Amino acid sequence: MPLRLLRFALSHKHPEPPMFTEHDQLGKTYDVVIIGGGGHGLAAAYYLARNHGIKNVCVLEKNYLGGGNTGRNTTIVRSNYLTPEGVAFYDRSVKLFQDLSQDFDLNLFYSTRGHFTLAHTDSAMRTMRWRAEVNKHLGVESEVVDRDFIRRMVPEMDLDCSGHSPIHGALYHKPGAVARHDAVAWGYGRGADMRGVEIFQKTEVTRIDVKHGKVRGVDTSRGYISTPKVLCAVAGSTPRITQMVGIRTPIVIQPLQACVTEPIKPWLDTIIVSGSLHVYVSQSDRGELVMGASVDPYEIHSTRSTLDFTEGLTAHMLDMFPFLSNTKVNRQWAGMADMTPDFAPIMGKTPIEGFYIDAGWGTWGFKATPVCGETMSYTVAHDQDHELIRTFRLSRFKELDLTGEKGAASVGH
Amino acid sequence: MKLLTCPINGTRPLQEFTWGGEFREMPDPEQATDEEWADYVFNRSGAPGVKKEWWHHTASGVWFIAERDTERDIVLRTYLYTGKMSDD
Repeated sequence: MPLRLLRFALSHKHPEPPMFTEHDQLGKTYDVVIIGGGGHGLAAAYYLARNHGIKNVCVLEKNYLGGGNTGRNTTIVRSNYLTPEGVAFYDRSVKLFQDLSQDFDLNLFYSTRGHFTLAHTDSAMRTMRWRAEVNKHLGVESEVVDRDFIRRMVPEMDLDCSGHSPIHGALYHKPGAVARHDAVAWGYGRGADMRGVEIFQKTEVTRIDVKHGKVRGVDTSRGYISTPKVLCAVAGSTPRITQMVGIRTPIVIQPLQACVTEPIKPWLDTIIVSGSLHVYVSQSDRGELVMGASVDPYEIHSTRSTLDFTEGLTAHMLDMFPFLSNTKVNRQWAGMADMTPDFAPIMGKTPIEGFYIDAGWGTWGFKATPVCGETMSYTVAHDQDHELIRTFRLSRFKELDLTGEKGAASVGH
Repeated sequence: MKLLTCPINGTRPLQEFTWGGEFREMPDPEQATDEEWADYVFNRSGAPGVKKEWWHHTASGVWFIAERDTERDIVLRTYLYTGKMSDD
């Protein structure tokens, strides 16, 4: 058997074809150029080809596919947001996610776990009730639960958090799930590739050619491409791209760190989030605890990670789960989160004709991957903002019409 | 441990400080159009570079300016705000 395995490994004939075609040369002209080969960019390429029949598309990725925030998040999918626009948008995403494995013929390990957002104060309980009512009204499964319910579902948790921040209750969101994030990017990439989209890795956009307020093409590290439409889906690199076309945005880049423990026996089958303790945690299929916190407290354009972060996060983890005191942290990393003042994304058309933006995804972008692909492909194909993203338009700041998603977007704000 | 130098209190651990965001010149509220005002309130120079920023020494309440490279996270210099920022 080992010999057969070795022969198989050395053979050039593999039953599984590679996930994507490697193209030697950039084309001269494309109908749409997508900057950023993460989940969002590849999903937009996939839906452009599948839903709108636009196949002369290329995706340019300066590094490798899914190597940015797509591969750095803690893989949580949920739709229990606060504003009706937010809930409708993310609910569409959860529904798309649920069928995605079938769509791609690729196992995303989509796993519905149930999602608890813990409330440690009266005011947090009030926000949970508000969110639950908004959610229920829009048909999203979401309810406020008491300590007994939490105790039954997560018996390992110290509900008093060592006595200093006792849990009053929680918002329980049954459809809350986790999924394998790289597979989401690969699935969209393969689906787009099969439909004729060309994907280029290690290809960086260095300039965007704009004349008379209209996009004409892009300069890349591998040559010039002429195109009337550019979609920017680059998360933490967004300000570098918007600077190329002279658009000002409120986006500020702050690192978001995460870490995993060594694999341990399965004991946590739900997703636990505590805004007050700045923790979210779930257990992966491999048994690792996947944990994250709030963004670093100031602007940095790099993916360095710090001891401060692991110290702070693990201290709060021990408040909730004291029995983990001998569990070791195995790896830590960071992504560059593109934060906005109202904790909502910036999506759609811009003052530059043919330049579309899918950004401001801060710490909440992974769960929105499918719906972003769907709505941005519509927006690019029709040169008109999709109705689900109108509330996220860039001009909302100028119009003083911000969204109010701060209470539900993330932790610790 | 990361350190930052407060112009009044000297070099202190970063944990004692709070970031106050990018320094921006406020337009005259009487003269500015709504669009200019919204630009001042919301928009930022988001791309990496050496930026002037507000920092606050939490323990003593001192606000000051730091010039920091936001890509390498290195502080080049810190000084008190004097009301005049266009020194270069």
